[in-house]
Amino acid sequence: MSWTRREALLGLGSIPILGTVWWAGASGTVGKKRERETILEQLNIQPSLPNAVPAIGGKPVRVGIIGFGIRGEQLCRSLGYATDEWIAAMEEAAAEAKKAGQPFTALEDFRNQEPLNVQITGVCDVFDIRAEKAMRSFGTEDQPVKRYRTYKEMIQSGEVEAVVIATPDHWHAPMSIEALKNNVHVYVEKPMTHNLKETYALKEAAQNSKAAFQVGHQHRQTLSFKTARDIVEKEILGHVSLITTNTNRNDDNGAWNYDIVPQANAQTIDWEQFLGSAPEIPFNKNHFFRWRKWWAYGSGLSGDLLTHDYDRLNCVLKMGIPKSVMASGGIYTHRDGRNVPDVLQANMEFPEFSTGSTQKKGKEKGMTFTYSASLGNGFNRPTMLMGHDASMELGNRLTIWPDGGSTRYAEMLEAGKMSPQSPIYSYNPAASALDGVSSATSQYFADKGLMWTYVDGKRVDSTFLHMREWLSVIRNGGTLSCGIQEGFDEAIAAHMTGLSWKLGRRIEWDREGQQVIPIEGVDLDAVLLESPPGVGRLEADVVA
Amino acid sequence: MSLSFNPQGSSWSIALLRILIGWHFLYEGIVKLYNPDWTSFGYLATAQGPLKPVFQAMTSEAVLPWIDTMNWAALVFVGITLILGVFEKAGALVGAGLLLLYYLAHPSWPGMAQVNTEGSYWIVNKNLIEAVACLVLFYHPTGSLFGLPRILSKNKTTTKTELS
Repeated sequence: MSWTRREALLGLGSIPILGTVWWAGASGTVGKKRERETILEQLNIQPSLPNAVPAIGGKPVRVGIIGFGIRGEQLCRSLGYATDEWIAAMEEAAAEAKKAGQPFTALEDFRNQEPLNVQITGVCDVFDIRAEKAMRSFGTEDQPVKRYRTYKEMIQSGEVEAVVIATPDHWHAPMSIEALKNNVHVYVEKPMTHNLKETYALKEAAQNSKAAFQVGHQHRQTLSFKTARDIVEKEILGHVSLITTNTNRNDDNGAWNYDIVPQANAQTIDWEQFLGSAPEIPFNKNHFFRWRKWWAYGSGLSGDLLTHDYDRLNCVLKMGIPKSVMASGGIYTHRDGRNVPDVLQANMEFPEFSTGSTQKKGKEKGMTFTYSASLGNGFNRPTMLMGHDASMELGNRLTIWPDGGSTRYAEMLEAGKMSPQSPIYSYNPAASALDGVSSATSQYFADKGLMWTYVDGKRVDSTFLHMREWLSVIRNGGTLSCGIQEGFDEAIAAHMTGLSWKLGRRIEWDREGQQVIPIEGVDLDAVLLESPPGVGRLEADVVA
Repeated sequence: MSLSFNPQGSSWSIALLRILIGWHFLYEGIVKLYNPDWTSFGYLATAQGPLKPVFQAMTSEAVLPWIDTMNWAALVFVGITLILGVFEKAGALVGAGLLLLYYLAHPSWPGMAQVNTEGSYWIVNKNLIEAVACLVLFYHPTGSLFGLPRILSKNKTTTKTELS
């Protein structure tokens, strides 16, 4: 048998081709992986694991619900209690989603939620329909849910150990203070308070009470934020001089134009009790269901949505209350009688704050936190932490890009091992989860890491974790993620922003005196609650 | 130069096509094989078209690792067979099948969002063209022209001669 050179070439020539392609694929992939590993080793970021929470032992914690509106219902679901109406609606939505081939997991997630050792024993809502819904859905023959006409009656009854407060903002502090005085544990929605005076008073009440006090910033349970804290502590970003946070929503729900329930009238709603400290006006359904649009009961973008972004960053950076705040904006997209702005820009200054420096000592210090919001546009702008060495996008995912001018990464950038266009770190705990998010507003919260977190690749409602932590502290003692100090920081930052927008001037914080610096001739609390001149109409009953 | 059909030229062109498609498959397979973080999860989870539920079902925790392994194994198999020219018909069929699955997972049909694609496509895209090219390879084996069978077939001929 004899082969010519030509035969050998045509017969065996395919083998070197195979070898070359194999080698190119393998060495390229392995080389890239090794480079990545070197970078990751240098960064040494530790993805956070969920806190181990001691079990909620003993008899079920007896909880009373004050305010059973949209948020109140959501909080009850995190406690394991869903209304009959919600279950029916979710079953219908799940069937529709199945038909359309879309994932929809709300009901399944709720049913798979770990049961908490808790019992809802009472409800207090000024609207009969809502109070009755809670009694009917949550009560059983042996364990009925009792309706209390006022929060004081509930707190003083001795029948509830803890209260969940999900009322309009102007009721948060009076109710929390009453509960704390009676050593009844409190879970209160954000913003913690509605004006400055009650913020100082609530802090004192919480410090003097034996009860556990938690503010409802559930994102403090989000694992990516805990990982972000590790990243900042390891000075991976270098000195962060600017943080940009945003709200972009462009739907009725996102602009607080909630549904008006047909059965609502002066007979089914205790209007006087709803008003409380707010200016007296005749019964008004628009104000009752869409109270977030008026300063008398709510606090608009600064109290409702900025607080989320501020507290997210305060949780990662622990930067505290800003030295000063300047805000501007207006009612530009929903001129429907509201008096809170729907476009708002706030700049908070932290001149003494630093996340560490890789440059000459003393060169870098100070940071601006910017919040930019519009309720007339839904384009998603990410939250960015901008440091001398790297930029980080913060949400349910984390992504870090090195900066072209970085000192820390200069050598790696020079050697081509890093490039400003390629992330050096990316954390996506949801990588193996398929989510079903339904509305535009819930997508907004989900992207920001406000709605849920991921534990071992499984989606977990962060409000559930926040509630579980609170209940565990009630039974076992311990520290809460969002206690009075965190709530105090959040409320003061929100009120400074509201004041700046209304007064059109810089509002400053006195760190030693622990108070907002007074302005001569101006009653700051009165300003905060009033309708700004020429804006909105309190007497209006425009239903958009 | 004559423009009439040239059987030798067409056979050599098909052999070249075979090597290039094999090259493409092998490289895709090897990159996945050597990258432990690679997963088809994203590709399957965002599937569209009539087989969407089938592809999404493949993303379940129990099934996904198998799908991932089968995917790179099939890619490497097609790559090796087409480059070497051994079992090239089987390789061409598996290749066409894989490409059709990729095509159906993200069909370039009107009304379907085109994600992560370079270029513009209407019904026909590169996956579909490469699948048809695999069909050509199936009907026109060229291993005996360029590839291991060229040597093996020569051996066979030699043996026959000796026996006779």
